[in-house]
Amino acid sequence: MLKFCIDRIWIVLLCAILGNIQPVFAYEVYISNEKDNTISVIDGNTLELVETVSVGERPRGIVLSNDGKYLYICASDDDRIEVLDLSSKQIVYNLPSGPDPELMSLSTDGSLLFVANEDDNMVTVIDTIQRSKVIEIPVGIEPEGIGLSPDGKWLVSTSETTNMAHFINIESLKITDNVLVDTRPRVAQYTPDGKEVWVSSEIGGTVSIIDAGTKSIKHKIEFEVPGLRPESIQPVGIKIASDGSNKAYIALGPAARIAVVDTTTFEVEKYLLVGLRVWNLEFSPDQKRLFTTNGVSGDVSVIDIEKQRVVKSIKVGRLPWGIAVNP
Amino acid sequence: MNSLPLMRSVCAAAAILVCGLSFAQTRLEVDIIYLARQEQPLQPLSLLDMQIEDNGLPGGVLGLNDTQTTGSFLNQFYNLKPVIIDETADLIATYRDLVAKGGKLFIADLNAQDIQAIAGIEEDVLIFSIRAKDDVLRNEACRSNVLHIPPSRAMLADALAQYLLWKRWTRVVLVTGRHAADKAYAAALRRAANRFGLKIIEEKNWTSVPGARRTDSGHHSLQQEVPVFTQFKDHDVLLVADEQDEFGEYLPYRTTRARPVAGTQGLKPTSWHRSQEQWGATQIQRRFSRLADRSMTELDYAAWAAVRSFGEAVTNTGSNEPGILREYLLSKKFKLAGFKGVPLTFRDWNGQLRQPILVVAPRMLVTVSPQKGFLHERSELDTLGYDKPESGCNSF
Repeated sequence: MLKFCIDRIWIVLLCAILGNIQPVFAYEVYISNEKDNTISVIDGNTLELVETVSVGERPRGIVLSNDGKYLYICASDDDRIEVLDLSSKQIVYNLPSGPDPELMSLSTDGSLLFVANEDDNMVTVIDTIQRSKVIEIPVGIEPEGIGLSPDGKWLVSTSETTNMAHFINIESLKITDNVLVDTRPRVAQYTPDGKEVWVSSEIGGTVSIIDAGTKSIKHKIEFEVPGLRPESIQPVGIKIASDGSNKAYIALGPAARIAVVDTTTFEVEKYLLVGLRVWNLEFSPDQKRLFTTNGVSGDVSVIDIEKQRVVKSIKVGRLPWGIAVNP
Repeated sequence: MNSLPLMRSVCAAAAILVCGLSFAQTRLEVDIIYLARQEQPLQPLSLLDMQIEDNGLPGGVLGLNDTQTTGSFLNQFYNLKPVIIDETADLIATYRDLVAKGGKLFIADLNAQDIQAIAGIEEDVLIFSIRAKDDVLRNEACRSNVLHIPPSRAMLADALAQYLLWKRWTRVVLVTGRHAADKAYAAALRRAANRFGLKIIEEKNWTSVPGARRTDSGHHSLQQEVPVFTQFKDHDVLLVADEQDEFGEYLPYRTTRARPVAGTQGLKPTSWHRSQEQWGATQIQRRFSRLADRSMTELDYAAWAAVRSFGEAVTNTGSNEPGILREYLLSKKFKLAGFKGVPLTFRDWNGQLRQPILVVAPRMLVTVSPQKGFLHERSELDTLGYDKPESGCNSF
């Protein structure tokens, strides 16, 4: 009798296990918590917070190394870039960054890190292999955004107070063009084909589409949410899909919404309600999900791209700011 | 104030940045005159506070530096010319002379009386008033060529009252100082109390003339006098109207009942404070401290905002004409990034800059008004001060 039951149980268990096996693509989402001085680690499949790592003071922009082994962290109040080993979850060394690093971008070959120094009006270029500063490029007042072209030849730096997007030639490391945008530009993002640069103006409330060739503004996206104060619509983060879907996603700050934009018509198709003061966002590796950092709510919203719906909120630390997804 | 090295580095940076510009536009000179009276600076009651000799103008210089980086790309060059006259000098004659010599854009670091004296002399000018908080200037005595940067007393009082209501600290008593400005502040507090449902249970006037700031045994007399003076019926908060800083700082921790002090001292509504580092304000606080070697005051902030407002208007219109700039400033297109979390705009019925108001304790930011929950059809910022339907201004 007992053997009969045990056999049955094994068969049932085996069927359950086999029936549920799907290829599971493991990935992690890292979130910098500006107030808590920590990095939250979220499992991309379970969508659970799995770990919280203590780092330096006021962590903001974060970026993965090309091999996915390290996370570069702007420790703004410590005036340095901390390098977190993702297997041991320990800070293994620091990179010199210039004062008050806020945001950064990694060159396509992973050898150069471009850092916006909010306080001293510079873009600092760091050699990640030599771990040294290459050069400091003076830009406008309060640089934040760093957008790198897909071909690795151009860098766009935004200056929040000067209200400009500066085009820097990476070969010469010199500014060649300066484009006036609307008030308080934050993020600059190239389209995957490298033909346009999208720049968000937080106080101006618009996103400027700059033709990457002529360096002129071809369109400005304006936002309107019924029942919502226009002044609460403050565009910050921009992520443009590279899966052929012709969609861009824009974080609207205190409006607590992500705008879904058609990249061919520049029309806003939809607004998705997330958490308070949503600033930055990043795709899952297959671009089927979008994660947003909601600063004032202290959580991360998970958006199902196919369903165009928010499916979950994950509590992280206080004032979540930057986001990176590995791989 | 050692602004020369900073200005040099700004010029150097601008020169490096300018290489990508086509000088298609003709050069535009924007001359802004900073007009002020030399006066005895306010002597703070607390020995920890520094007397500020150069309040205001460094804010304008910072605004100039911030604005010129953009201007350099667009062939627009800003000049800030300080005209500081004596306490007793003839302001009207000086102003007439400046206007005759072509002065059109002014930053007026002047009291309400002086503003009223000069505003009507020439219509084709644009004046940013940066010091006067008088409500009358936003109402009956408003002028179409004067725009107001600092919050009015009504806006400050409303900001405080909203927070007190939010805290349910609604029973208040009011102590008013001996000066006309104190009485104006008290009037604003009364209006705010009425508006937001606070109950002023009792009022008293503080009539003593201030003595020495430091004495050999001063605390003994205060320890006796203040409790006697503050024997009020039960209340939640003691409001104080002491704009000249003569006695308000003596009240906290000495009152008969253990109650917080709020108003011109204690929990204080203000447009700017060193403790404010939200919304990117760290950067402007640091830039100012490096420039002026001290913290940014509300007058410095107002001067900065005035120059930036001129700059935004010039950048977006390509003009330095008062009429064209005024039209832009009062339009929906104008948005000033003032490090307060929302775009700052002008009220088109009286020229007042709408803005969030900080409510601060001496060493810490406590809250920012308008408080959550106060609704408005146009903008929550308009729950502070004189709203359009109640405005006494007919010049806009």
